[in-house]
Amino acid sequence: MHQFLQQVFSGLAVGAVYGSVALALVMIYRATDLINFAQGEMAMFSTYIAWTLVNAGLPFWAAFVLTLAISFLGGMTLERIVIRPVENAPVLAAVIVTIGLALIFNSLAGWIYTYTVQEFPSPFPDRPILGALITTNDLGVIIVTLLMLLLLFLFFRFTSTGLAMRAAAQNPVSARLCGIPVGRMLAIGWGLAAAIGATAGIMVAPVLFLDPYMMGGVLLYAFASALLGGIGSPVGAVVGGLIVGVTENLVGTYLIASQLKLTVALVLIILVLVFKPHGLLGTGIVQRV
Amino acid sequence: MSKGFAVVVPDRAAVSQYAGLSVGAWRWIGALIAVALAAALPFTVSNYHVFELTMVMIYAIAVLGLNILTGFNGQISLGHGAFFAAGAYTTAILMQRYGVPYWATVLPAGLISFVLGVLFGLPALRFEGPYLALVTLSMALATPQLLKYFDNWTGGVQGINLAKVVPPPGLGLDHDRWLYLLVLVVLIVAIRVAANILHGRTGRALVAIRDHPIAAAAMGINNARYKTLAFGISTLFTGVAGSLAAIVVSYVSPEGYGMFLSIAFLVGSTIGGIATISGALVGGLFIEFVPNFANDISDAAPAALYGLAMLLFMYAMPLGVVGSLAPLFTRWLRQARARGSGRN
Amino acid sequence: MAPILELRGLKAFYGQSQVLHGIDIAVEQGGMAVLLGANGAGKTTTLRAICGMVRSEGEILFGGQPIGQRTSEKVAGLGVAHVPEGRGTFVGLTVEENLRLGAYTRARNPHDGLQRMYGYFPILAERRRQQAGSLSGGEQQMLAIARALMMAPRLLVLDEPSFGLAPRIVEDIFTIVERIRREDGVSVLLVEQNASLALELADYAYLIQTGSVVASGTAKALSDDPQIRRSYLGY
Repeated sequence: MHQFLQQVFSGLAVGAVYGSVALALVMIYRATDLINFAQGEMAMFSTYIAWTLVNAGLPFWAAFVLTLAISFLGGMTLERIVIRPVENAPVLAAVIVTIGLALIFNSLAGWIYTYTVQEFPSPFPDRPILGALITTNDLGVIIVTLLMLLLLFLFFRFTSTGLAMRAAAQNPVSARLCGIPVGRMLAIGWGLAAAIGATAGIMVAPVLFLDPYMMGGVLLYAFASALLGGIGSPVGAVVGGLIVGVTENLVGTYLIASQLKLTVALVLIILVLVFKPHGLLGTGIVQRV
Repeated sequence: MSKGFAVVVPDRAAVSQYAGLSVGAWRWIGALIAVALAAALPFTVSNYHVFELTMVMIYAIAVLGLNILTGFNGQISLGHGAFFAAGAYTTAILMQRYGVPYWATVLPAGLISFVLGVLFGLPALRFEGPYLALVTLSMALATPQLLKYFDNWTGGVQGINLAKVVPPPGLGLDHDRWLYLLVLVVLIVAIRVAANILHGRTGRALVAIRDHPIAAAAMGINNARYKTLAFGISTLFTGVAGSLAAIVVSYVSPEGYGMFLSIAFLVGSTIGGIATISGALVGGLFIEFVPNFANDISDAAPAALYGLAMLLFMYAMPLGVVGSLAPLFTRWLRQARARGSGRN
Repeated sequence: MAPILELRGLKAFYGQSQVLHGIDIAVEQGGMAVLLGANGAGKTTTLRAICGMVRSEGEILFGGQPIGQRTSEKVAGLGVAHVPEGRGTFVGLTVEENLRLGAYTRARNPHDGLQRMYGYFPILAERRRQQAGSLSGGEQQMLAIARALMMAPRLLVLDEPSFGLAPRIVEDIFTIVERIRREDGVSVLLVEQNASLALELADYAYLIQTGSVVASGTAKALSDDPQIRRSYLGY
């Protein structure tokens, strides 16, 4: 039982990371029908930036905040420069662009930082608490993620920019008629997504170790989490992430060793989708003719 | 390679006559010239280039399959590498275990891929958009795992080595050129079959389902049947391609058929023009040559160049090379005709 | 006084096809002009062209300033509030959130504006926390107009506000529009299928057919002209 709870808690921690990246994916998808396949590589690149700052002597949390700011600006710039040219093209073209972007980020990271696996410092002391049920690191990851989600919720719910962004995502034409600069809202969305990804990457790097391929698996699980929760639902993304994190951990501990873990987890998710083709919290899209 | 272009002129009613011959006649002439050029080509280049061009054609067949499913029928697949593998391993197992001659394995490989595609297409009916993407992506991820797992049949991690193909005596063709011509014949057949399907009733049904499934169903089209059929036909093409690849390379192994291959197919398909037939050839060219080209240019970050190429192609031609250029070509034809008749 | 809105030789295109072939329209300051015509005549396209939603050529002057190539959001920022066909409500947001969005270009704190709208449309006050998508057609139309008015616009552009609504509700809506026009001096450009109602309310009318203005004049003149009534207005 003890081990079971341990696995559940550590699953929640990694699930929080999956949920964050899934949330970033859902945010962009809701506004543009596009799955940003570069989200993971962007997060990885942000993590390398944080790593560089920490190595340069900055205290961890200062590096963290600075990286978030840089990632936010970077995300906005990416949207304006890289994604804008295909914003009126078929979605598939934009998908290919994000895949190309992922390759570019991965390759650049490998070139600048080499493919050597690096250690990444954790800001949380490595001590088990709650009777060794959960480590401080895992608890720290969960708390940081929850804080981030809370800030995002407050932003979207109670600020006029947040409201404008929600409007622009739901109905860009009407939003424009209200004077909302939809393009800029999209850029801000990408900036936020990039910052969320950076948070996820920094949180998970101490555990996964930092190399250019660090976020590949995470992106996959995040994509699956977003769909499990229902691709249109931000809450679903986070819930999906937590479920996937815990499931992955339990499957890995009790069922199958790491090789087939991914396959089994995906099969389970797909089984759920067979019964709920729009995810757990997703609503079927009513088609009007 | 301009071969396929002559087969697909999108707006058929645009021009009925040009310089005294009907469009149909021009198309035949164009096709014959293209085939003749393609057949002569391997005799003018080195062995390695012949091999590369053969792979281009194989990838084109695979991408053509994907175009049918994703381009014409709107069902996205990030998992076509799995069906490529199915065809490849069918051929490998038939050749190595049962001593079937290589040329006799292609059809069974295609049929097995067809069956797998239909079996997959049925549950796939429940999913659309990003959900279908995930399900097909999972297949791509699972394929190397499954291939390694059933190592009794598949030879596991080591894969299966196949006997090198011996060209029939008396033709004076070496190994590479014989295989090139063989694949060329299959490609021509594949294009003809695809054109027949896509320009006929089935093709129109597929497109109707893609663009407006509710209206299609209201008009009496059996969506489920056509969507499943589209899956099967699509995987048949890709399976045949996989089979040919195994024959040409003389080797199959699990790692070659994972996620990257599936994504490469989608990339090639989109860059060529996802709802076109001749775009598949462009896609094949892209898949075979651009990564190598990127490697040649940059030691440090070749994948970055590959990614950059993808971006640039999409900026310049968001509907793919053929998808973006074909309408321009049709407009030019129409204007040329208007100019011609104006003069008369 | 110069007209608040002037269209001179306006042409509009959907892709390659030309839909408007040189439209000339003027809306007086504080006045109400109505565009009449059959389906597909180009009325909605004219409104869209004003707000930068379709490709257009020709002159569009708002308050004397050319706004021809401006984006929709810029045009809105200048004081043109467009209530599109189908309302364009943010169905996933609450009534109050919809209203707040209307004030995006104006006040940081739209409290006063909100109170005013709730005064005009008490039903919206009742439903302020409800999802806009759950409102009835008439209520959504009121919401759309209220949202447009939150912008404190100089020109209100209404595209078929009576569409699909019961006559009683239509009356209520137009009563409020009239009231606001009087109190705030807002100019109105209206597209209406319900010709008789529109001609009662408007000062000036334009009859549009296949992308051109085929008749124009005061509303009274058009409704008195028997030939126009019979040929185009069906009564």
